[in-house]
Amino acid sequence: MLTGGRPGPDGPPPAGRALEAKDLGVGYGAATVWRNASFAVERGEFVAVIGPNGAGKTTLFRLLLGLVPPAGGSVEVLGASPRRGSPEIGYVPQRHSIDYDTHVRCFDLVRLGFSGHRWGFPLSGRREEAAARRALEAVGGLDLAEEPLNALSGGELQRIFLAEALVSQPALLLLDEPLSNLDLRRSKELVALVHRIVRTRRVAALLVAHDINPLIPYLDKVLYIANGQIASGPPSEVLTSASLTRLYGLPVEVLHDSQGHLVIVGGEAHTETELGGGEGHHEGEAAGGVFRPPGGAP
Amino acid sequence: MSFSPDLVGDVQEMLRYPFMVHAFEAGALIALVAGFVGYLVVLRRSAFAAHALAHTGFAGGAGAVLFGVNPVFGLLLFTGASGTGMALLGRRASERDMEIGTVLAFMLGLGLLFINLYRGGVATATYSLLFGEILGISADAVVFTFEAFVVVVALAVVVYRPLLFSALDEDVAEAKGMPILGLNLVFLLLVAVAVSMAVQVVGVLLIFALMVTPAAIAVRVSKVPTHAIAIAVGVAVGATWLGLFVAWYLPYPVSFFITTFGFALYLLVRGTQSIARRLAVRGARADVAAPRPGTEPG
Repeated sequence: MLTGGRPGPDGPPPAGRALEAKDLGVGYGAATVWRNASFAVERGEFVAVIGPNGAGKTTLFRLLLGLVPPAGGSVEVLGASPRRGSPEIGYVPQRHSIDYDTHVRCFDLVRLGFSGHRWGFPLSGRREEAAARRALEAVGGLDLAEEPLNALSGGELQRIFLAEALVSQPALLLLDEPLSNLDLRRSKELVALVHRIVRTRRVAALLVAHDINPLIPYLDKVLYIANGQIASGPPSEVLTSASLTRLYGLPVEVLHDSQGHLVIVGGEAHTETELGGGEGHHEGEAAGGVFRPPGGAP
Repeated sequence: MSFSPDLVGDVQEMLRYPFMVHAFEAGALIALVAGFVGYLVVLRRSAFAAHALAHTGFAGGAGAVLFGVNPVFGLLLFTGASGTGMALLGRRASERDMEIGTVLAFMLGLGLLFINLYRGGVATATYSLLFGEILGISADAVVFTFEAFVVVVALAVVVYRPLLFSALDEDVAEAKGMPILGLNLVFLLLVAVAVSMAVQVVGVLLIFALMVTPAAIAVRVSKVPTHAIAIAVGVAVGATWLGLFVAWYLPYPVSFFITTFGFALYLLVRGTQSIARRLAVRGARADVAAPRPGTEPG
């Protein structure tokens, strides 16, 4: 079993592909979720994973985490077959068991991200405490370290989950719908934070989202899953009226404003504005996802 | 026994009776285990599962009495088997209220049948199973309790971190390679042993006085897991010893005093925190005279 070199605390991860899938398929029993998927993600790339509910986005993550075996084809994660428990993958699941009753320090959760999988009692926690502090610093959450989890807002909580995922110095981040409970401003802040981490640490990030507008300024690639297929491409190719309409099976329009920015209206990418239709002040912002070529400053 | 100002003399007097020494010793060991396991029960939201295991224990204890076996073996057998069954139900099995409730009802019925079949002192056997009999603990039972204590502590030291991790973030723990089903099984077996031990002190009906009340106080007081465990253990031991001490003077059941002290402390903590919060809100209101800058009107 390949483990790969673990990056040092500050050095960039080694070069090489983050993900490479060839004719990859996955299914539970006889049912295929998707198949014949071929795509690649480089280190330092920020990738949006989009697609309707039940298309197999979370299943893709579970496959990359080594929790679900592929049903066909091949996949390499950081140069090796997916294996469960790799410290090189940082994972933020969609589901969390934290609620208004969880009166536990943020610091302890982040620290568990580093050593929670180890058996036995910690003799000296200095190394893991330093790692937890570094991870909190990376997400701008040092001031939250002593706060209990149940006192945090949705945006703060997502930053803590991100720190928990970053604490083992991963080279690949898998973020499953981190924006689902955030308002537009918090979504944009979180996406900007992930983008900064992706660029400064040369980490590859896959982010599942239903509202793609906050992501548009930062994306290097879009992976879209629908109708048992996965396709990928640069945002300018994938984010077109024709491809998104095909993807969601609903009319979706991609509009260009006077400055060449891109706005997605309709389908699932537009749920937020549809639901908030009555709130006039909201609409201007919600439809204001803009796209500039990758690498451009937001 | 009437109250005298010479407390030290009274304690010396109490400790001249072997049954009191056994009660203090076994009570402390059981409270230590129940306080620790109780914290995990509260954090994993498995209070109903713990409740159900206690009721299963009733059937086991009653069955053992019927067949002339030491009740604690019947308790361990039934709670252990039920705990294993719950673990096999799958992920987050401890939250499956309907399945657990169904088994719980059947087990109580089974316990009733066993008691009905028993020809000896039905009332005494039932009463001690339901409400505990801390003053009836034999020297052998103390030794057995100590052995169980050592096993639980040894196991707890090994599995503490993964149990805490899976309680707070099960999906990430799974991705990190933790055996979630195995951890759930170990957790439920810990609860089973703790319940079987605690029945001697407070009985199946009052088990929460040692397994939930101290932990409920602890999670309100401390956000650091290790501190919270220390508080839960301290409250459990304190309530047990204080209950024994007070029952020396008053002609009422020890279990009643143990539950009452726990409950009184719980009310005190909630009341104090509620007042503190109200004062803090009033202070904050005085600070905020004008709306925050940057807040746009809806």
